Amino acid sequence: MSAVDLGTPGTRSGAYWLLADCWNIVRRGLTHYRRQPVNIAWQLGFPILSVLLYGYVFGSAMKVPGGGDYKDFLMPGMFAMTMAFGFINTATLVVYDSTKGVIDRFRSMPMASSAVVAGRGVTDLIVACAELAIMMLTALAMGWRPDGGLGFLGAFGLLLWLRFSLIWIGVWLGLIVPNPEAAGGLFAVAFPFTMISSIFVAPQLMPDWLGWVAAWNPISSTAAATRELFGTPVGGGDSWVEQHALLMAGVWPVILTAVFLPLAVRRFQKLSR
Amino acid sequence: MDGYAVRAEALEKRYGEKRALDGFDLAVREGTVHGLLGPNGAGKTTAVRVLSTLIRLDGGRATVAGLDVARQPRGVRARIGLTGQYAAVDEVLTGRQNLEMFGRLFHLGGRRAKLRAAELLEQFDLTDAADRGVGKYSGGMRRRLDLAASMILAPAVLFLDEPTTGLDPRSRGEVWESVRALVAGGTTVLLTTQYLEEADKLASHITVIDQGRAIADDTPDGLKNLVGGDRIEVVVAERSEIPQVVKVVARVADREPEEDDTELRVHAPVTDRVTALTEVARTLQDEGVRVKDIGLRRPSLDDVFLRLTGHRTEKEAAA
Repeated sequence: MSAVDLGTPGTRSGAYWLLADCWNIVRRGLTHYRRQPVNIAWQLGFPILSVLLYGYVFGSAMKVPGGGDYKDFLMPGMFAMTMAFGFINTATLVVYDSTKGVIDRFRSMPMASSAVVAGRGVTDLIVACAELAIMMLTALAMGWRPDGGLGFLGAFGLLLWLRFSLIWIGVWLGLIVPNPEAAGGLFAVAFPFTMISSIFVAPQLMPDWLGWVAAWNPISSTAAATRELFGTPVGGGDSWVEQHALLMAGVWPVILTAVFLPLAVRRFQKLSR
Repeated sequence: MDGYAVRAEALEKRYGEKRALDGFDLAVREGTVHGLLGPNGAGKTTAVRVLSTLIRLDGGRATVAGLDVARQPRGVRARIGLTGQYAAVDEVLTGRQNLEMFGRLFHLGGRRAKLRAAELLEQFDLTDAADRGVGKYSGGMRRRLDLAASMILAPAVLFLDEPTTGLDPRSRGEVWESVRALVAGGTTVLLTTQYLEEADKLASHITVIDQGRAIADDTPDGLKNLVGGDRIEVVVAERSEIPQVVKVVARVADREPEEDDTELRVHAPVTDRVTALTEVARTLQDEGVRVKDIGLRRPSLDDVFLRLTGHRTEKEAAA
């Protein structure tokens, strides 16, 4: 019936196919971006616009406690915010695939089903790298001057580390919300979370209780830690969590992953019920 | 495989209190199209999701292509194709990109996935549209791509779900053509549908499912005989004439005639077809009843369904 030999080689190991399947899912995700240039423009345009808007509009009016350039305070915060909002992206793509039946087709195939989720995660991290790179270039053009070297790489790594931990929240929510439209509504939930943090304003300038919440926001730890690593440690506070930003920027994503990775996996397995 | 591509015995699937499958049995012979017929919520979808390893069973036993769905799910997945509302293609990718991606995910490797994709595009008459995004495909084209994606490994068993819902008659004919070609190539098809006409056209065997169990299992003709063979049907111009027609038809009919007040129709099963028809036609003419239409017709699967379940299909109920 077919001129092509359809037998599958039995010589490869399970780990080989897991990686191969994962890579094919990543390829699919990247092809989506290539076929929808508007989506790339939108996704990369938003961070650029944010950097420009907040940098020039807020930048002129904002004071950093203890002195220092507001740009040095704001830019790492913007990077962390973009990583944080990334989970909405993950959730939207997952809910699209699960409601349209694409995930079911993958599950009905003899491929590794964990590759569906892993591939999603790798794709999102690749996109996050692109987002960070383009935001940093914009920030540099606006006069942001971080230290280079290992600190810079460390900061980049911490930002991706935050994004990584949020993939699992994204997958989990993507399997819970009923349709892509509802996933869009997640933005309204995420927005206050990013405002009540040290992204735009130092927590010590907020009312006490709000400042406390903002300081303990995981996004604040990543923002503060990257400010240190970029060599521009401005606007730090005196509280324990702010004094230990580097530590907490490493620990928060561990906690988030420990909670939400099992939840996401459970939710995925629940599809078989 | 003992001649059966699908065997299910006493399948159970519960969602809380609801029994989606309640002792469901099914046997599908190799190389045939087997229709699974039932209204929404009857358990069709659950049955197919269980047989295609998408959901786990609570009880009973099922084999597909000779393999146990609970114990050898991966083996089953390498031998089945799934299309329709259960499994979709990627709407952003092109038709070719879809087939190549699925080919690689079926572990054909890049080169063979490419060749197979080209071959299937040709077979399903999609070569011209191969490099267009699926989002721009017509309904019929998408259904054919869906079929092609399910056929990548030339599976032994194809689960085909409502393959022509929402299609215009021409596209419908094309999809039916594709299905027949697949069966000629040796694939066994389990077809779920609400369109009785579709099951009648394609399937050599039909299982009717209601409330999670199989309530009938026969050939289309066998099922039709179940409701009593051929029927005589009279349509009149005035509602007031219906009782009179019922009386006349009852004299030749095997069972009490049924009346349809909205369509002003009276019908009943008859054995002695031609005699019954002449008799009724002459009597009605003698009595001066204004008959709009009179004739014999084979019972449809709608009649079967109504008779077996006591209710009509969703489509009928909505109409």
